[in-house]
Amino acid sequence: MLDIFINIFILLTVPFLMIGVIKKTKAFWSGRKGINIFQPFWDFLRLLNKETVYSSTTSWIFKITPIINFSVIFFASLFVPMANGLAIINIPFAFIIFSYVLALGKFFTLISALDTGSSFEGMGASREACFSTLVEPAFFIAIGSITALTQNYTFQSLKLILENAGIYGYLVITLAIITLFIMLLIECSRVPVDDPATHLELTMIHEVMILDNSGIDLALILWTSAIKMFLFASLISALIIPTGLPQIISILLFLSIIFIISIIIGTIESSTARYRMTHVFEFVFIMSITALLILTLVTYKLYGN
Amino acid sequence: MKWILTENNKKINSLEIPTISIEDLKHDLKNMNLRVVGFFGKQEFENIRLYVTLADDKNGIFYISSVLFNPNEKSYESLTQDFPAFHIFEREFYEEFGIKPLNHPWLKPIRHNQDKYPFFSMRGEDVHEVAVGPIHAGVIEPGHFRFMCQGEKVYDLEIMLGYQHRGIEELILNSSNFNNRLAESICGDTVIGHNMAYSMVMESLSDTKISEKSKIIRRIALELERMAVHIGDMGAISGDMAYLPGASIFGTTRTLVINTMLEICGSRFGRGLINVGGINFDIDHSMEQKIIAMLDEVLHITQKTVKVMLKKSSCISRMEKTGFVSTENARLLGAVGMAARSSGVNIDSRFDFKDEFYQLIGKKLNFKATGDVYSRFRLRYEEVLQSANFIKNLLEILRQYNKQNLKSEIGFVSPNSFVISSVEGWRGEIVHIAITGANSELLRYKIKDSSFNNWYMLAMAVRNNGISDFPLCNKSFNLSYCGNDL
Repeated sequence: MLDIFINIFILLTVPFLMIGVIKKTKAFWSGRKGINIFQPFWDFLRLLNKETVYSSTTSWIFKITPIINFSVIFFASLFVPMANGLAIINIPFAFIIFSYVLALGKFFTLISALDTGSSFEGMGASREACFSTLVEPAFFIAIGSITALTQNYTFQSLKLILENAGIYGYLVITLAIITLFIMLLIECSRVPVDDPATHLELTMIHEVMILDNSGIDLALILWTSAIKMFLFASLISALIIPTGLPQIISILLFLSIIFIISIIIGTIESSTARYRMTHVFEFVFIMSITALLILTLVTYKLYGN
Repeated sequence: MKWILTENNKKINSLEIPTISIEDLKHDLKNMNLRVVGFFGKQEFENIRLYVTLADDKNGIFYISSVLFNPNEKSYESLTQDFPAFHIFEREFYEEFGIKPLNHPWLKPIRHNQDKYPFFSMRGEDVHEVAVGPIHAGVIEPGHFRFMCQGEKVYDLEIMLGYQHRGIEELILNSSNFNNRLAESICGDTVIGHNMAYSMVMESLSDTKISEKSKIIRRIALELERMAVHIGDMGAISGDMAYLPGASIFGTTRTLVINTMLEICGSRFGRGLINVGGINFDIDHSMEQKIIAMLDEVLHITQKTVKVMLKKSSCISRMEKTGFVSTENARLLGAVGMAARSSGVNIDSRFDFKDEFYQLIGKKLNFKATGDVYSRFRLRYEEVLQSANFIKNLLEILRQYNKQNLKSEIGFVSPNSFVISSVEGWRGEIVHIAITGANSELLRYKIKDSSFNNWYMLAMAVRNNGISDFPLCNKSFNLSYCGNDL
């Protein structure tokens, strides 16, 4: 019971802090003072107090999308192991629910972008759809192989790799971290795939789809994308945190891994230019290849002898 | 004699400008193979006189002639068919005087009638149009861009400007006295360049000899402006490809340069520094030391940052082969300035038209152009280094003229005169032409900012690139909207 409360508390607070830490890291590297790390949270509260404006070309789809998206991400987060390596709902094959529930949210984001009738948003939707199609198989191959390895098929079994695979486990964990991290950069539209800070509509992927949203809707969308990033970071930390630690240490370790991942994202954004749109695919294929390597290793481990 | 020859800033008698037929003009254009810098009309009683000015960059000479259209002649066979560089000039002439260039391939409005603009459009499966602007997300001027794309690939970009049209040429004609503040507002990022061209035209018209000291300080300001904008644009290019260190470091470095301008004349962009007859603010010994210290700091930071940047594969891969314009196309389109130099057309008014000071302090940059965004980035960097060097040399020469006056007595404007003045602003050649009448009144004042030539080059650069690379191409040129719209 306590775990559930801790998880929900973390889910409500940490995602915005992650965004704050990323922004602070970027400010540090560019020699600026930067914002308070709580600023994204204040921005969220500010947006909640603003009026929501709807364009006359939009329909009900545009209006319900932020709510659907938020409920979907909240539902998906129930299956993800967070503090102490425990998920609120721990059932086999949760990763399939997780993936398709997120896909539902994405589907609504796409049609809501098309709903505005703007040529920019249509372009963003087509880009987002294209990259998502490439992420999905890699996600299933990587996570599916790992859960097959542990014979448990739950998300929580991510931490059991070492116990089941021995020395191969280290290799699988490393590859899984790389896969999930690239997935995070793509899904959460960070540099070098997308630039969350740009004002140039023509180059955006994710940001361009929410150009027409305002007020409470925008606040929900920002929260949704912060949680999404946090969920991917949680999956990475589930791979790293060993089992059998005291609860308090496990939670602290979890938080510090999230913190470190934020700093790494910020540092990448401060030191790399964004890839050209046609070169992003090469980056995406790195992820597919690492996912396939995981599959190969797991197959060898399970059926090799 | 079909052409009259003149030099930069030299007054000639406007009555001596010969009149030729359009066939002769065509014939001569073919034989002379020169670059057009002026092609504008002037009402002459009921007739319209079309002045044609060509530049011979090799010898630093301007060729001037004119074509007379009587009220019955409402059209002529367009020159653009054979000489594409005339396309924008003929459009402007048609818009202002209604004389139609027949068979012009792209006869569209440039400053007026945006509501009736005939857009080029493509039909077919997968083809989609993206319309951007006139109001943009960033802090830039208004202008409408329309892309014809197939998926992510741009087939054609059409640029519709004119939103910034203020009628500057008429305002200059109507101002009773010399109005430098107006000249400074032609294009807000080339304050020194335009003001210098205006002042030199007016000084030549009125036979005013200004002191060496003020000439040198004007050139120092021109190079400071070049440095500031180039560094700022390097930052903007970095920002557009999401390279954070570049964006923030170049941004702060540019501030060092413009703050020095602030210390010299009280305006970060050099407003109020130059007046007809001289300059308003001196550079004394302590200011000289400050400028040199600033230059050293700026050079140090810029060199270090560029070195890191050009080692970063993600930066280079983003810039290389993006927005490519071949030397041939740049020459055909009549591109000028740094955009032309980045495509291998080596023209630079500072050196092509003999200038007493630039001859002393250096020569044209020897730049290996590749025509892409990378080339424009590197050219900016090399021009920053060159300008810093020029400023140091100019400051050294300035010491000899310590005792001279800042301002000189302004003479009377001569009647029936024609003066052309070309200044190499940071963006490229700025041409101002003035014609006076029998009572010394200004009859025509023609301004040509380098953006006027170069906008079409941007449209060429974007072709066959990804639409997401457009902002990067656009920033690498950084053309002026108000300089084009006047």
